[in-house]
Amino acid sequence: MRLVAAAAVLVASAALLPLVYLLVRAAGADESSWDVVLDGRTLELVGRTALLVAVVTAGSTVVGVGMAWLVERTDLPARRVFAVAAALPLVIPSYVTALALLAAVGPGGLLGSAGWVFGLPGAGLALVLATYPYVFLLCSAALRRMDPALEEAARTLGRTRAQVFRQVTLPVLRPSIAGGAVLAALYALSDFGVVSLMRYDALTRAVFQQYRSLFDRTPAALLGLVLVTLTALVLLLEARSRGKGRVRRSAAGADRPAQLAPLGRWRLPALAVALAVVAVALVVPVGVLVSWSLRDSAVLPEAGELLGWAWHSVVGSGLAAVVAMVAALPVAVLASRRPRRATALLERATYASNALPGIVIALSLVFFATRVLPAVYQTLALLVFAYVVRFLPQAMAGAHSALTRVDPDLERAARGLGASPARVLAKVTAPLMAPGLLAGATLVFLSTMKELPVTLLLRPIGFDTLATEVWTATGVSSYGTAAVPALTLIALSAPVVWFLQVRPRGTLAEDR
Amino acid sequence: MKRSLIAILAVAAVAGLAAGCGDDDSGGSGGSGDALTIYSGRNEKLVGDLIKQFEKATGIDAEVRYGESAELAATIAEEGERSPADVFFAQDAGALGAVADANLLAPAPPSSERVDARFRTGEWVGTSGRARVVAYSTERVKASELPDSILDFCNDAWKGRIGFPPPNASFQAFVSAMRLTLGDGRTREWLKCMKRLEPTLLENNIQTEEAIAAGEIDVGFVNHYYLPELKAEKPGFPVANHFLEAGDPGSLVNVAGAGVLKSSDQQEDAVRFVDFLLSEQGQRYFSTKTFEYPLVDGIAPPQETKPLDQVQGPEIELGALGDKLASTLSLLQDVGLTS
Repeated sequence: MRLVAAAAVLVASAALLPLVYLLVRAAGADESSWDVVLDGRTLELVGRTALLVAVVTAGSTVVGVGMAWLVERTDLPARRVFAVAAALPLVIPSYVTALALLAAVGPGGLLGSAGWVFGLPGAGLALVLATYPYVFLLCSAALRRMDPALEEAARTLGRTRAQVFRQVTLPVLRPSIAGGAVLAALYALSDFGVVSLMRYDALTRAVFQQYRSLFDRTPAALLGLVLVTLTALVLLLEARSRGKGRVRRSAAGADRPAQLAPLGRWRLPALAVALAVVAVALVVPVGVLVSWSLRDSAVLPEAGELLGWAWHSVVGSGLAAVVAMVAALPVAVLASRRPRRATALLERATYASNALPGIVIALSLVFFATRVLPAVYQTLALLVFAYVVRFLPQAMAGAHSALTRVDPDLERAARGLGASPARVLAKVTAPLMAPGLLAGATLVFLSTMKELPVTLLLRPIGFDTLATEVWTATGVSSYGTAAVPALTLIALSAPVVWFLQVRPRGTLAEDR
Repeated sequence: MKRSLIAILAVAAVAGLAAGCGDDDSGGSGGSGDALTIYSGRNEKLVGDLIKQFEKATGIDAEVRYGESAELAATIAEEGERSPADVFFAQDAGALGAVADANLLAPAPPSSERVDARFRTGEWVGTSGRARVVAYSTERVKASELPDSILDFCNDAWKGRIGFPPPNASFQAFVSAMRLTLGDGRTREWLKCMKRLEPTLLENNIQTEEAIAAGEIDVGFVNHYYLPELKAEKPGFPVANHFLEAGDPGSLVNVAGAGVLKSSDQQEDAVRFVDFLLSEQGQRYFSTKTFEYPLVDGIAPPQETKPLDQVQGPEIELGALGDKLASTLSLLQDVGLTS
């Protein structure tokens, strides 16, 4: 355990590097920098940002939990298709979703113009569409793993379906909902692309204004610290919402699929809702991209070029996913097995950077790498490290849900029966945790595939990825040319989602 | 499940190794080798071919890191003396000024004297010019309705029809230029007037152009060269450029430019890159490929533009704009055009 603790501390300190950088920069703040931050406008920005985060978190929770329940617990038509389709929007970069929404219903849009699209409604909608899959994925996984006997027992005891949902299903889902909602909230906090396209003034826009217009890193750092403070608040709220109760259940007591609730006359309306979600979140963006790619002006890349970008994307994201998974493990183990204030704090520390815009994370690593380890500067190793720092919380969410599956009694039993600690790890702990860990790694993989600001500044020169190519083409408004790498990015990520949603459907018996 | 975990780990390890090897072929990434390392805030689609021409003409290998100008400027500032970059090729004077202010640029090469003194400083030189124009809808506005001075847009006839991007560096430079020529009082009056006319506030030039095409607004204050780009993307794009009269603050000519890093260990090659950008070949490239103004005399301006001496913006030095930026931003905030 001491080794685990040491590893956990190491991981948490790596995740805190951007925060340290912000403090270093903020320490040099003179009066004029403070003026920027202590201005009344900052408070206004904080208010607007908080409002956006609240809307996005609430929206993605409702959509995510609702879809997960429909797909896993009802007789919704084609629910297996929805299991994958509803998760797929995760692979679409949120600025693409926003661009597509604008192309569809913005001024002069393909489907007519909606006046409401700018400001909070548009930004909120685009971000809900981008983030509800976090809640959906974590909740549907939890529902799948949940022992059907729990709900059945409650039914037998005379509870109505609504009561069962409220009193049994929801409490079991709580950690997953909280985990997904936090990812959604942090995403909304850190997003810059959507709020700028939808013309909604949030804190990140102020941070970018400091960098972009004034080239001033000090007020930008102070504003970044405001974002970190908001992150701390979000995490505090999440810790509260988790509640005190703990559900630990390693395997289905009843080894069979859960009973499905018949929707009855609600079947068609439910189908319509599910279709609407998938249509707006998936079909519209992909449709818009396809229509762009058919423009005459679209310059299609050569196959070899495209393959090279795709290879770089997959390699960077794959390495990030594996490293993040390994890094998350000791922190999660420590936090769940030695639940103390200090270990909880350590775990929360890994979330600190996630709400910062990518540019801040990139600059912090420029700062440290050039001073401490110039040999790794602008190498693949540093790039992967940066990805891990940025997306660690997503791996943590997976590790968390993985650990709730491991009942320490099982491990103790195995030890009692004479198995060595290594054997217990290999035969009991690891197999039980594998699905959760894989889920976390998958989230990191998908996020990294879309990642742009860190990639731009820290990649080895010439390490072009699908995301950087989309950026290059949209930079000269060649949307047609941007569409091909964007569609490739979606096509490459889709099988990963499919794997995540379909493959672990088996019970524990199959896992062995 | 365990097996698939192992498989993923194995694939990742192999991929990592392969990628590592692949990168070695391209000559490492630190930038301290033989290749000239260029940090380019200008888009690869715009200048990628030009850099290839440079390599061909000089035999120097160039490695280019593409990014946003401001973010690259922040990166160079963070790297300081240890920067792998030899040259900074930026989209706007502001980013170059920021790096120069951090005392990280070497003196501008002698070739920079071929460029009018307004478009350079002691540390960096403008390599191509972009004029401020009024883009207008060819469907809803007649060219004859358009005033010759940006000041005359302060008129109720334009209420609800104007759009511009306050967060954009070029727009901010234009406001700074107006302050330098007309003074803060008149500039504030004009901005207040604009605010009163209920403008649509956009994020950047492209959004502004597209808002015109989409019918959201009738005129927009932008840079001149986005239009040919957009017309190439969407033939029949219903927008045209209107050039204001010479000397008007609304016709400011800003530049993209380059500076050599003081910390570069390849000063000579870096200077040759700047020389190439200012050569006839380089200048002609800007005029014909990026539709920008050449800044060296004797090269024809891009099609469908007024000659540079006729768009002649206000008589100010671009280097002076940087100092005004912070107060320009506060002014825009005060008037309520940015948050």
